Amino acid sequence: MIPPAFEYLRPSTIPEAIALLQQHGEDAKILSGGQSLIPMMKLRIARPAFLIDINRIAGLSYVKEEGGVLKIGGLTRESELESSPLVCAKYPILTDTTHVIADPQVRNLATVGGNLAHGDPANDHPATMLALSAQVVATGARGERIIPIEEFFLSIFSTALQQGEILTEIRVPVPPPHSGGAYFKLERKVGDFATAAVAAQVTLDGSGAVQKVGIGLTNVGPTPIKAKKAEDFLRGKKLDEANIRQAAQLAADEAQPSSDLRGPAEYKKGLVKELAKRALSRAAERAGK
Amino acid sequence: MAKEQVVRVKINGRDRQALVEPRLLLVHFIREVLQLTGTHIGCDTSHCGACTVVLNGKTVKSCTMFAVQADGGEILTVEGLIKDGQLHPLQEGFKQEHGLQCGFCTPGMLMSSYALLHNNPNPSEEEIRWGISGNLCRCTGYQNIVGAVQYAAAKMAGAKEAKIEEGVAK
Repeated sequence: MIPPAFEYLRPSTIPEAIALLQQHGEDAKILSGGQSLIPMMKLRIARPAFLIDINRIAGLSYVKEEGGVLKIGGLTRESELESSPLVCAKYPILTDTTHVIADPQVRNLATVGGNLAHGDPANDHPATMLALSAQVVATGARGERIIPIEEFFLSIFSTALQQGEILTEIRVPVPPPHSGGAYFKLERKVGDFATAAVAAQVTLDGSGAVQKVGIGLTNVGPTPIKAKKAEDFLRGKKLDEANIRQAAQLAADEAQPSSDLRGPAEYKKGLVKELAKRALSRAAERAGK
Repeated sequence: MAKEQVVRVKINGRDRQALVEPRLLLVHFIREVLQLTGTHIGCDTSHCGACTVVLNGKTVKSCTMFAVQADGGEILTVEGLIKDGQLHPLQEGFKQEHGLQCGFCTPGMLMSSYALLHNNPNPSEEEIRWGISGNLCRCTGYQNIVGAVQYAAAKMAGAKEAKIEEGVAK
């Protein structure tokens, strides 16, 4: 399959890339890992007249902790996140997530920033970032703008990024002691999108009660979903079996799946319930219940 | 037609360059422009991994990347595995262990296995299966492919030990 013709632009700095984005407006698309965009171009679902390749911009790929925040550069590859010793040691929920994104070759090119900026509710990082209460840094002509992840996903393939803005960084608050998280996904085969998936991140207080909790759902609605009712229910409670079961039921109630080739909606709701149970149990274990 | 651009790559140790349209996919560049047809096009939708090549040390699906993106890069394809007329231990392994039947997926399997063994010279069976999880084979059931990679890992480890012993003897 041959994609439609386009003009290829390769800026070497962020300001240059932003200027090109402004110049070409809606006819331009940012080319990051390209692992979603190029297949869409081959199917002619996307037909940008200009591709702005940001892959040669230096300094956009990093994973580091700074000032109580984990900073992930917009161009960081999934494989880099997956193999980061810092992430493996302190953010197992992120390792869980990157590990089940597509397959090894795709992860070598696909970027964390692209996984979010694409706005696809079937992508995996959105749910995880919702669970982690992350922030997204959007850089435009007027400088940086910080967008809480809860406000980032507007509708299918649509995000809070504005014309002329590039997602340059993702910020995750460093979890306090007694925190843990996990991501559970059911996929039909390696490389498929989730039939459903659940991300859960918890912080426990001295008594073992839930102080902070985030739950995100993948591919069960027009946007990634933050399971707020389940989160509200869990705050202040112990993560025992009964509470986890109740929270998982609330999360399933918040899912809005549609029936498709991956299964009927009712099945997917049941799946969310089971995956939420497993994610919360694993998160509790990792938090050192 | 969009403006053509020069793409320069080092492929299997040789410097090559050509003027191409930006929309030319890397796999077409390799097969049709550089005439290296060992790399296959299977699904053309980023699922099957038959088009896998090693770009700057990492496996990529060359059907899901533009040639212009690889400009300045170093590429290894299946044609580059053989050295001084000797099959790479992986190629030998696929032959010895019947790691192929129709052979269509084999170039991609070899490149994924090559990158796997480069990063992890002694992988477990699970790690091998994980390493080739982006490559589909419809003939073998994977069992013999895993065996072929194990064969290569053992052979490469043996060759390394022999080299060290040789060094000690000197």
